[in-house]
Order: sequence, then structure tokens, then C-alpha cells
Amino acid sequence: MSVNTLKIDGQDIAVEEGATILQAAREAKIPIPTLCYLEGVSPAAACRMCLVEVKGSPKLLPACHTAALEGMEVSTNTPKLQSFRRMNMELLFAEGNHVCAVCVANGNCELQDLAIRVGMDHSRFAYRFPDRKVDMSHPQFGIDHNRCILCTRCVRVCDEIEGAHVWDVAQRGEHCFIVSGMNQPWGKVDACTSCGKCVDACPTGAIFRKGSTIGEKERDREKLSFLVTAREKQQWTR
Amino acid sequence: MDKIRFATVWLAGCSGCHMSFLDLDEWLIELAQQVDVVYSPVGSDIKTYPENVDVCLVEGGVANEDNLELLLMVRRRTKTLISFGDCAVTANVPAMRNMLGGAEPVLKRGYLELADTAPQLPHAPGIVPELLDQVLPVHQVVPVEIYMPGCPPPADRIQAVLEPLLRGETPVMEGRDMIKFG
Repeated sequence: MSVNTLKIDGQDIAVEEGATILQAAREAKIPIPTLCYLEGVSPAAACRMCLVEVKGSPKLLPACHTAALEGMEVSTNTPKLQSFRRMNMELLFAEGNHVCAVCVANGNCELQDLAIRVGMDHSRFAYRFPDRKVDMSHPQFGIDHNRCILCTRCVRVCDEIEGAHVWDVAQRGEHCFIVSGMNQPWGKVDACTSCGKCVDACPTGAIFRKGSTIGEKERDREKLSFLVTAREKQQWTR
Repeated sequence: MDKIRFATVWLAGCSGCHMSFLDLDEWLIELAQQVDVVYSPVGSDIKTYPENVDVCLVEGGVANEDNLELLLMVRRRTKTLISFGDCAVTANVPAMRNMLGGAEPVLKRGYLELADTAPQLPHAPGIVPELLDQVLPVHQVVPVEIYMPGCPPPADRIQAVLEPLLRGETPVMEGRDMIKFG
């Protein structure tokens, strides 16, 4: 097993070949904010919250999807990154219809938490107020596209852990939405096993259990990493 | 030194932020000793927003012509305008009508399609203010000095914003206690 050594925020770090910058930073207890990243499934680099600066690269790179290479010099929290993260967060809020006051995930929402963390007290961008749908056709769950940030965690847990691949991303650009089956109502998709992993994976209140009202959404995020550890290492521990 | 001239206004919101302001309980007595309440739906009986206001809490988004007129007057006559609560900061629940696309479809939906008896669009110029096509957050209409999110902002947050202002300092809007939405 070969090892790469690199510098993150001036700190020397050694990680296994193949590790990402995010994994290297987490091992060294250097916090990098993430939103679409989910332990146990493949990275998507969809949300751009984990962007970091790498010396010699003109572009900002997503830490969750960039390999930690020998000799890299990474900065994770420069004023430029802080300002970009806040702007990114404001754009996420302006893009959808995020009304925390009436959301199932209020007080238990990764989007809300991250907004606090990046210091967002208002959005400088005009809200778009897109016309989005709510699908309540599934007997146990609902999906409210107004609250969706297109992180694709649901797509990935359903495909990679449950193996059902109910979800996907349809359309392009501003018209993108999470689609169930062949663009059918969720309740009509035979592939869905009603396992609820997408509910646990969803960082916002977009996918929820029916009957939960404002601030009542609870997740069992550890269930997902438990399943992955059980499958990959044959260890049934949590 | 003259007392701080303090006001609160209520635009398109549920008045919950003002109720939370009243939750300041005994601290209101302290506040009253340090400020002149020159305009407020819960703190004074004056009908016209006065000149030379130092600090104003603005609750609510901008949803109709009355809201707009009052907000423009508040901005002209106020030094420190505080966007008070989620409706002021994001337009929040009142703005959920924006998805319908304009004032007309909203009125038709509310007063014609959902009417039980005598469907009729409200029209009383000078009495019932006309709706704007979109409900807007305060800072999309006028500049704002301080943003205080929350639905409603808890009383502790309101106090933590007002106390430094009374000392002539700017409050630091950071962390869950100060800027959590919802």
C-alpha cells in the first residue's frame, strides 16, 4: 500500500493512495463543509460546498471528488472560499422554495445548519419562486420538490445501497428535478421497496415520512453507513 | 443625550415577530426607559410614521401597496432599519403565493375558485390596498442595515440585537442563536 503526503492548511498529512482530499482532511480533523457528500456512497460533487484551493490549480476543486496527491498544497478556508461558500448557499436558497418555518426538517436540516455555518443572514440574490410539484402518491412517503437541492443523495443510496434505482435526475439546468421511475408518480413505481433509505439520506425536508409535520422529520443516517460496513467488511456493528 | 427614537412596523406578516417582541417581558421596561417609542402597532397609538427615527424593526414582507408606501416612508425617515423575522428577510410564507405567478391568479384562486357563496373579487380603491404581483423581502425594495432571521426571532435574539444598538454598537449576526431561519 503506497502513501501520499500532502499539506492541508499548512499541516503535513499522510494518506493512503486513492484517498480524497476530503478524507485526508477529515483524518486530520480539518473541517470542510459538505452537503451532497454522504459516507458510504459514491461522491457526486453536486453541491460545491467542499470546494478547496490547490496550489498550482487555477480552478477550485471539490474536496470530495479530488484525489489527495503527493506534494499537494491545499487550502480549505481562505477568505475567497468563505465568500464563495456563502454565495453558493444563497444561490441554493434563492433557487428553490425553502420556507423553513413550515418545513418538516426545520431544526434538523443540513441546508439550514450549513447556512448558519457559512454566516448567511439573508440572500443577496432574488428568489426565483419556481413552480414545483409535491408527490404524495407513495403510501408511506412524500417528496416535495420545492425543498430539493438536487444533491442526488437519494439517487445514490437507492442505486448503490438498496439496488432499486427508483430515482434519477430528469431534465437539464434550471428544469432539473428528481424523477421517480419512468417519470411516474412515486407510488406507481414497482421498483420501490419502501425501504426509506432516501428519507434518511435527504439532507433537507424534500423526502419525508407522511404524517410528520413542521420540525418533526427525524433521520437514521447511521443506518446507511451500518449497511455499507456490513456489506463491505462483514461487520454488523453500529 | 437624547433618547433613541424607536419604532416597529408590521407589513405582510402574521404579527408573530411582534408577539415575540412582547415576550421580552420585563426587559421591555428597561427598553422603555432607554428609548422613545415613536411608532409601533404594539407600543404606541401614533398613526403616522414620524421623522428622524433612529431604529426601526420591520416585520413582514412587501405584499401590497400599503406595505410598499409605509416601507418607503420608513426608509426615508429611519437611520437603522432592521429586517425583523423571516417574512422581512426572505418573504417566507406570504411569498408562497408568488409561485402562482401574480396578483390576479392569487385573487381568482382565493375569491372565485374557492368561494362557497357569492364569488367576487375584492375591489375598494382607497380602502383595501391592491396586492403587488410578487411578495418581496424588505431588502429587495430598500437598503437594510441589519438582518434578524427567525420565524419568529426568539425574544433572546431580539434583545441581543437591540442591546448593542442602545450602546451605539453593531450587533454581531453569527451562529445558531442569531441567524437560524425558521
